[in-house]
Amino acid sequence: MNPTTETSMPLVEALRVLVALRQQQIVVTTMGAAREWPKLSQHPLDFHYIPSAMGQAPALGLGLALAKPASEVWVLNGDGGMLMNLGCLVTIVASGVKNLTLIVLENGIYEVTGGQQTPAAVAKRQVAVDFAGFARAAGFESVHRFDRLGDWRSQAAHTLQSPGPRFIVLAVEPVGDAYHLEAPGPMAARLTTFQTALGPL
Amino acid sequence: MDYPAEQVADTLVGLGITHVVWLPDSVMGSWERALDRPETIKLVRVCREGEAWAIAAGLHLGGCRPLVMIQNTGLFESGDALRNVLFDLKLPLLALVGYRSYLVPESTDSARRFTEPILDAWGIDYVIVRNPDELGQMAEHFRACRDAGRPGVALVAEGRM
Repeated sequence: MNPTTETSMPLVEALRVLVALRQQQIVVTTMGAAREWPKLSQHPLDFHYIPSAMGQAPALGLGLALAKPASEVWVLNGDGGMLMNLGCLVTIVASGVKNLTLIVLENGIYEVTGGQQTPAAVAKRQVAVDFAGFARAAGFESVHRFDRLGDWRSQAAHTLQSPGPRFIVLAVEPVGDAYHLEAPGPMAARLTTFQTALGPL
Repeated sequence: MDYPAEQVADTLVGLGITHVVWLPDSVMGSWERALDRPETIKLVRVCREGEAWAIAAGLHLGGCRPLVMIQNTGLFESGDALRNVLFDLKLPLLALVGYRSYLVPESTDSARRFTEPILDAWGIDYVIVRNPDELGQMAEHFRACRDAGRPGVALVAEGRM
């Protein structure tokens, strides 16, 4: 497949790129990513943050990154969640962590509640709401945005090796009617598996 | 009320606290230098209190011993994050919360009025530290909560905002 002809980015295909590159990274997913990732991959270092406090996935990932400085942490966040907690961009940079990658899956809607537009999507009709710009202004070491699957596919490995903390925006398509979000099993059992995989301090 | 900063820091070191995740008020703010000094404690500064609970959750899952340190106004702000990590994830996190206006009996400060009812509503085990001599009780409370595997809060009595 010629990457340059892939002008859109289905969510599942965007995640497949990450699944293919994932080794022993700690992966925190929420919202749409938490719905799709378990269908693509099962790994003990996955933490699907459902039920969550919306907006707090990057903060939880930051805690993990601080606790496990020798591990890489990927946080897969939604754009609605990102809007709820933009201050966390500054918190992450201020913490000094280098081992955190915050990936925002931007579709412009609150997908899991049925597809209502985010304020950013509405504002974009008049001004450029720029998540990458927010991260750059907050001081993230590496900031990237991908609007086309082909570009993401061809540059993902290099991007994920750039200096941390990293911020990546993936402009993904809404999934349509299949938006319903369910937890992939009881939290207690999932936490036990996850903590065991994390190991001691 | 002045709480000796070094005594607070020593108490937290004695508890094995590895990270203080905080957004301080004016009382706790005076402890910044002392809390930044011990090599065994890292100070994590947040922009809004809800973050503190989620960061502490990640730290706890990763094997650390975090302490959330916020004012009671921040406790109100961070309700959903607290609800999630204490009740959905069932993590036994500890917090030291500044009790604004507690030492002003005639105060009409709504932050004073709602602090204990909110903690009672959450069912969170808490103690009130009324003066520096009671910092030892805070440590005992945190140890008891940790041993029992339940969350715990210490409310630190403060004067006016």
